[in-house]
Amino acid sequence: MNENVVQTRDLTKRYGDRLAVDRVSMTVKRGEVYGFLGPNGAGKTTTLRMMLGLVRPASGAATVLGRPAGTPAVTARVGALVEGPGFYPYLTGRDNLRVMARYRELPDSVVEEALERVDLADRGGDRFKAYSLGMKQRLGVASALMGDPELIVLDEPTNGLDPAGMADMRRLIVELARGGQTVLLSSHLLDEVQEICDRVGVISHGVLLRESTVSDLRGDASLAVRGLPVDRALAVAMRVAGDDAVRVDGDRLLVDLGPEHAPRLTRALVEDGVEVHEVRGVERTLEEVFLEMTREEREELEAVS
Amino acid sequence: MSTVIASTRAELLRLRKWPAVWVTLSAWMALTAMFGYLFNYLSYTTGDSSFSNEGATTASLLQEILPGNVPNVLVQGMPMFGGALMMVLGAIVAGNGYGWGTWKTVFAQGPSRTSAVVGSLLALATFVVLTVLATLALCFGLSLLVAAVESQAVTWPSAGDLAVSLGAGFLVMGMWALAGFLLGTVARGPALSVGLGLVWALVVENLLRGVGVLLGPVEAFTKVLPGTSAGSLVGSIVGVGGPDPTPGVLDALTGPQATALLAAYVVVLPVVTLVLVRRRDVA
Repeated sequence: MNENVVQTRDLTKRYGDRLAVDRVSMTVKRGEVYGFLGPNGAGKTTTLRMMLGLVRPASGAATVLGRPAGTPAVTARVGALVEGPGFYPYLTGRDNLRVMARYRELPDSVVEEALERVDLADRGGDRFKAYSLGMKQRLGVASALMGDPELIVLDEPTNGLDPAGMADMRRLIVELARGGQTVLLSSHLLDEVQEICDRVGVISHGVLLRESTVSDLRGDASLAVRGLPVDRALAVAMRVAGDDAVRVDGDRLLVDLGPEHAPRLTRALVEDGVEVHEVRGVERTLEEVFLEMTREEREELEAVS
Repeated sequence: MSTVIASTRAELLRLRKWPAVWVTLSAWMALTAMFGYLFNYLSYTTGDSSFSNEGATTASLLQEILPGNVPNVLVQGMPMFGGALMMVLGAIVAGNGYGWGTWKTVFAQGPSRTSAVVGSLLALATFVVLTVLATLALCFGLSLLVAAVESQAVTWPSAGDLAVSLGAGFLVMGMWALAGFLLGTVARGPALSVGLGLVWALVVENLLRGVGVLLGPVEAFTKVLPGTSAGSLVGSIVGVGGPDPTPGVLDALTGPQATALLAAYVVVLPVVTLVLVRRRDVA
């Protein structure tokens, strides 16, 4: 099954003169955890709102579960938490979920189950306005889970959670995906996305910069080398790996070679009289990739203006 | 259709548990008890003259608070504070959801926006109908109490009078609640809509009617205003003028004219609301 659960085509939204979302074309496949990644204000939430039919695109279109976004038949099969949880402050957490269960035409029994899943069962009788930010967030996720929707859209679900709560939330998301539900997760936390997402879309200033698997995005592993003297180590590394494959990073060299080349590189260094202090395989973190990508974009923007 | 019923059930649940709803409805009941019965009874027993009964004779004061006059007492406060309070109710039911983000949550649940809003309007209408019926029960309770205390024979109002009065009550209160719902929707919040709505209903319409006496076109305009039709419908039931005119009760339109205009408002206000909600972006 490689069916696309979400597909957007040149989705665009303009607020006055500002392009909030600029021709975003992305796809979310069935059963995956898709990470929608970008800094605050990049256009993530606006894109998600258009996918849910809350906001009308200026141009372009979004298809969810094979139908135009926002049609009632689609919305009923999607669970969503977008831009913070919106609930009635005077109602208890449990009553808030009961109200939403009625809208979804679900029995009250789903409410208890949802509260259990986000660990709020013992606080379900408290009023929503008395909840901490993290509890409000968890109630929002509980509401999105009711009725086992095919697609679950979570906008910054770990906002306001403490580290333990964040870990629980990640575990829950992974569990949902294992159960066959598709999760679309937006986040500005890179390690979170790196840990649990299959594929990511990177958005900045309303533009989808790249969409790929996490491992593709991080690219090939490289070797970090610390050897003295540095200039000689550099010369050897460039001879082994090629002139363009070596960068100096502080007192170490980053060589674009896989870890399997470590023995060969080390031998070459030692044979040329370099004192080798460290040879280590390194993987780029998503954060590095991301910063690189957004920097490139910034430079392009500056070049244009 | 099933989504409309689901939405109505959801709205009834959350309105039923909302203290603000009960505060608003209790305020109306308390005002009815005070201005309809308490003040009149006190001036009847003490013989004092207060602003609400100036010039009335003692005997007519007693008549006004006996069961036979319930159809009049039920509706006489509606053009002023009854309508205003229903407008507040409508405005908070529609308006608060934008600030809290609950409309956003609701619109992402499955029912179409039309179903969700119609459900909310039906729940609001349910509360208005129940409020009018509860007011009727309150009026009968208090007037029977007065009759018992004053050893008066109980004369029941005619069923026809009661039916007309109830119908007018539903129409006037319902119209103002729908107007409040539209205002809350337009303003996306309760504060501005309640404020502007009250100033309009309690001040601006009265001022316009004052200007209308001097200027023909303004007078024609004031005749189609919601407050004019509500006041005229009640006026056609309780009568206008006399020694103690009730504020807001008018005779600008005949009963049938006022009924037709109110019915038009009851149709147009929700339609405008729906058109607005269906088209807008919900953040």
